[in-house]
Amino acid sequence: MLMSDLVAEIHMAITSNKVRTGLTVLGIVIGIASVIVMIAIGNGSQKAIQESIQSIGSNLLTIQPGKQRSFGGGPQQGMGSAESLTRDDATAIAQGVGGITAVAPTASGNQQIIAEGNNAQSSVTGVTAAYAQVNNITIDVGSFISDVQESKRSKVVVIGPDIRDDLYGENVDVVGQKMRIGGLSFTIVGVTKSKGGTGFGSSDEVVYMPLSTYQQYFSGSEYLSSISVSVTEQDQMTQAEEDIEALLLKRHKISSVDDADFNIRNQADIIEMTSSITGTLTMLLGAVAGISLVVGGIGIMNMMLTTVTERTREIGLRKAIGANQKDIRQQFLFESATLTFMGGVIGITLGIFIAFVLDHFAITTTQVSGFSVILSFSVSAAIGIIFGYYPARRAARLNPIQALRYE
Amino acid sequence: MIVCKSISKVYGSGDNQTVALDNVSFVIKEGEFVAIMGPSGSGKSTLMHILGALDNPTSGSYYLDGHDVSILSEDELSVIRKEKIGFVFQAFNLLPRATVLRNVMLPLIYGEVPKDQRKKIAEEALRAVQLTEDRWDHYSNEISGGQMQRVAIARALVNDPSLILADEPTGNLDTKTGDFVLDTFRRLNREKGHTIVLITHEDEVAAFADRTIVIRDGHLVEDRQNRKEEVKKVIQ
Repeated sequence: MLMSDLVAEIHMAITSNKVRTGLTVLGIVIGIASVIVMIAIGNGSQKAIQESIQSIGSNLLTIQPGKQRSFGGGPQQGMGSAESLTRDDATAIAQGVGGITAVAPTASGNQQIIAEGNNAQSSVTGVTAAYAQVNNITIDVGSFISDVQESKRSKVVVIGPDIRDDLYGENVDVVGQKMRIGGLSFTIVGVTKSKGGTGFGSSDEVVYMPLSTYQQYFSGSEYLSSISVSVTEQDQMTQAEEDIEALLLKRHKISSVDDADFNIRNQADIIEMTSSITGTLTMLLGAVAGISLVVGGIGIMNMMLTTVTERTREIGLRKAIGANQKDIRQQFLFESATLTFMGGVIGITLGIFIAFVLDHFAITTTQVSGFSVILSFSVSAAIGIIFGYYPARRAARLNPIQALRYE
Repeated sequence: MIVCKSISKVYGSGDNQTVALDNVSFVIKEGEFVAIMGPSGSGKSTLMHILGALDNPTSGSYYLDGHDVSILSEDELSVIRKEKIGFVFQAFNLLPRATVLRNVMLPLIYGEVPKDQRKKIAEEALRAVQLTEDRWDHYSNEISGGQMQRVAIARALVNDPSLILADEPTGNLDTKTGDFVLDTFRRLNREKGHTIVLITHEDEVAAFADRTIVIRDGHLVEDRQNRKEEVKKVIQ
């Protein structure tokens, strides 16, 4: 049987019952499109999370007081709650460790804030001027905490845009205005630009004040909540981490790393961790969509079995006029492969379109990966062959005498 | 040339054995027009399946053009059917969603005849069965029963078979169109020299052939030449 004849036969077969063909193909279209959309959503959220982590600064090391994380090591002190890091540690790091751009010691806690008769509970962070640089904070209006304000223990604050919007109203000019924090009056000197980070630990809902001011009026101690270190080059992260660890162990007179009263977190570790979480999410979404693809494949098999039964006499005739098993098998196998191929092409187009629409109208971030396109396309081709094989074999093995008599 | 030597066909095994054909032998020469006649259940259909290379006999030999067909495998039988046999069925068995021309060309697909020759061969076959040209592009379910059967005959002709097997070709037709179809067979036999075997249970149908082989209960009970004057009468 010539290829062109095969194509002509298949064309006749699939156009003879357009509604049924259409519905069967629809099953595959939905399966393929949902695989592509789901994986695009998974990849998109992974990308979004990574971008929001990177907006904090990807060359960032964070040192927090408290024991090293250990698994099954009994009760653990909450991170940042222990009192072991001081400004002197921060200064020592800045002076003693190479390859770092800036060091930002911070101390923070929750405080009651009152402004314009509005009341809010917010995280208040004592910072130095270097904090803005280390944590990629940009100023929208006014200026950030300066070294002079820090050394003078000025009662000034820089607030996040969400705090301003909540307490004063959206986009009100608040520079120069007063706010009360923990019973003391502070002057607002700047508002940070929104970073768009959401949820837990958003940098848009923070109040910054000079570290010295914070330590004097609020924490009442010399201890820090964390030290952020920005490393100049990404590939020096590990080296810087080791140097800082060695320096602090020496300063705290601790001999073993296991007993360290601080821990260092690497931004890359966090990205890796979230990547693995979102990767699992992507796989889960893909698997759910994959189920619909399998259901679509069963639809193909169902249709092909019906077709074989319906066309039993035709198969008998074809055999009587000289078709051999291979001719018949080929015809039905190609027929199902054609259906899934069509479903695959339409499904991929539809999937990319839906992913684009979701992204374009900011419903959710999506990113169509070439991998998912290739994957779903080969899966659909495989489905055509796997689910088409059984009906095709059944057709090929029909006894021509019985097939011709079939009513 | 068809040679059947003590052909038997037994279905089932043990106590459920049914003997459909018992030791049937005959020879059909090239260019003969033979009717195989018998009541239903006589074994004539089984004989047709064996002659048509759709089935193997349980014992005995069947030679078609000198080849022993009785020992061939399923795929080898399909080659014999493709090259040497043309079938005409009671129920026509045309593809309903294909045109007349396409139906006639169908066997050429499996014969891998070059595309540019197919149409010519099919048109020649359609002219041979006297189907008017205005019907050629109709779908096969849009034409009358008599026309359908002539399309089926044309389809049986395109591979230039050694043997045309017609299984109750007039069973679904009224007498008048049936006679026209039978006349078509006889003309093909007379003018083109095709070897034709007609399977029927009716005497009147068998009378169109030159020779009648009667099968009953699996046995060949009669093998006679039809009287010339009777044949002539039907032609007029």
